[in-house]
Amino acid sequence: MTLLQVKDLGVRFATHDGMVHAVNGVSFDLDRGQTLGIVGESGSGKSQSVLAMMGLLARNGTASGEANYQGRNLLTMSAQALNRVRGNHLSMIFQDPMTSLNPYLTVERQMTEVLELHKGMERRAAKKRAIELLDAVRIPDAARRVDMYPHEFSGGMRQRVMIAMALLCEPELLIADEPTTALDVTVQAQILGLLKDLQRDFGTAIIMITHDLGVVAGLCDQVMVMYGGRVMEHGDAEHIFYRPTHPYTIGLLGALPRLDDEGDALTSIPGNPPNLARMPAGCPFAERCGHVLPQCAATMPALVAAGDDGKALRACHVPVAQLIADSGEAVHD
Amino acid sequence: MTDSRQAILSVRNVRVHFQVADQDARWPWSEKKTLKAVDGISFDLYPGETLGVVGESGCGKSTLSRAILNLIPATDGEIVWMGKDLRKGSERDWLHVRRDIQMIFQDPLASLDPRMTVAQIIAEPLKTHRPELSGSEVMERVRKMMTRVGLTEQQINRYPHEFSGGQCQRIGIARALILEPKLIICDEPVSALDVSIQAQIINLLKALQRELGLALIFIAHDLAVVKHISDRILVMYLGREMELAAKHALYDRPSHPYTRALLSAIPFPDPARERNKTIQLLAGDLPSPIDPPSGCVFRTRCPLAEARCAEEKPHLHAVDADTQCSCLKV
Repeated sequence: MTLLQVKDLGVRFATHDGMVHAVNGVSFDLDRGQTLGIVGESGSGKSQSVLAMMGLLARNGTASGEANYQGRNLLTMSAQALNRVRGNHLSMIFQDPMTSLNPYLTVERQMTEVLELHKGMERRAAKKRAIELLDAVRIPDAARRVDMYPHEFSGGMRQRVMIAMALLCEPELLIADEPTTALDVTVQAQILGLLKDLQRDFGTAIIMITHDLGVVAGLCDQVMVMYGGRVMEHGDAEHIFYRPTHPYTIGLLGALPRLDDEGDALTSIPGNPPNLARMPAGCPFAERCGHVLPQCAATMPALVAAGDDGKALRACHVPVAQLIADSGEAVHD
Repeated sequence: MTDSRQAILSVRNVRVHFQVADQDARWPWSEKKTLKAVDGISFDLYPGETLGVVGESGCGKSTLSRAILNLIPATDGEIVWMGKDLRKGSERDWLHVRRDIQMIFQDPLASLDPRMTVAQIIAEPLKTHRPELSGSEVMERVRKMMTRVGLTEQQINRYPHEFSGGQCQRIGIARALILEPKLIICDEPVSALDVSIQAQIINLLKALQRELGLALIFIAHDLAVVKHISDRILVMYLGREMELAAKHALYDRPSHPYTRALLSAIPFPDPARERNKTIQLLAGDLPSPIDPPSGCVFRTRCPLAEARCAEEKPHLHAVDADTQCSCLKV
């Protein structure tokens, strides 16, 4: 059953430089217990699209399109109605665990507040539940730790507190915005293992936003690759990693330093990411793309089925067959 | 390895200790505690070689790099540059050394003065170290260096905020290279950059190294990044050396349990492999460097730890021709 259906989501900001279109035409469906990975570099619009769904855009931002959560559009909901959904049915984990916890309150106060508000629990029962969840995310000595302040925890522990807090109301959907970027690899491995276990135990759907393709590979069923505020390619994980059909996805996979790679030179993508305030009319990747065609700069390609099976979508003017023929020569330059 | 050649930099038993206030101290004048950020690191660096230094946050890798340049004075040990012990040197000697050893920093924008133009930033080392050069000669060199690192000459009068992260890092590289140094210390030069830009900067550093015969000390927390640029790799944990090995030896047959854990924790961009792999998870958190575990500092999280690890301090010893490891059980 579809839990979240996003249709033609757009986000724009009114800035001094004029209107900035940060996200354009993002659509996807997410089922219960599924994981969607949104991959992209800074400025690709991956964070803004989920912030829009959560009603957390900056004041100069407006969202368009639809984000239907169990049939109700999150984008047009009143703040009051949204408050009943957020933290309760949908919750979010942010990138930086230090700045997203309140330094003035103990972990206990921050966690019980959520339960008192959404579940009408009493403080004592809420504390018990908070300790249970801290235990579930494997914080040692949770009963004592719960009374501590955020600064008394290490980075990995704080992120675990954030995850425990996000799971308090057993949400149907968990949005994780770069949850492991600020953490060391060994801690990252712990946190990712934890998310997998929690998904298995609670059946939570997860939207995982990251720039790290390795993180996506282990966790996600579907992957959406974004660039310059648009979806470049969208398909199941096997498609994106083994049979990518978009020049940007191919470039991104080539640029990734890999442990199993013997070659010395990394395939880099030339040029710099586009300025969102001065977006080209056509494909945002056109000026960095090695396969560029004359029409690329003029018109944005539509996101259409990449193959006959209809499992993957791509937005590119270059035919898949030509891409494969080209990539034979252009891999190392 | 390359012992027949003369090392340009020999680091012997370097320690950097900080005096910090005791958290449980009752009075401001209570006795201070010692934080051992770097505790007895030794290595040699040969001309044209790249040494990768890897470890998680708090392992002392950045402190070590700054100690080599005396930006944070070392508490103890020897730092020998071209046969001269720098710790015994005077301020004048340092001035000389800094022409040969330059540094590239992690945060590309924060390491550039926002009120200086690109030309001023790149020319500044020349003004300090080569005051005899005329203005036109300086600009000539700046222009050449800018083209070399992939910036255009038209950008010469712009300010740092007008550049993207990757371009700022190129400015940082140009500034480091303008003095034609023999060694560049790169402190996490690509961790703040996007993947596609990361690859550009790594490839640029490698090309420059080949061309100019530079030696590099490349600090990173990511073993996958380090693999693409290093000849040898030093793995640090809590201020100590865990393993020092040639690249292929380290990745093909890691000796130290910590290196093995680090390698297994790196996610692979390959769904089938990633879903079926068993990660050797490290238990618990990093201990405090103020009160490190006795014996081997890694023992509290080590899957192989036994009673004697708490008593005996391991030392770096040769395991085979390519690998030195500091573990009692290897």
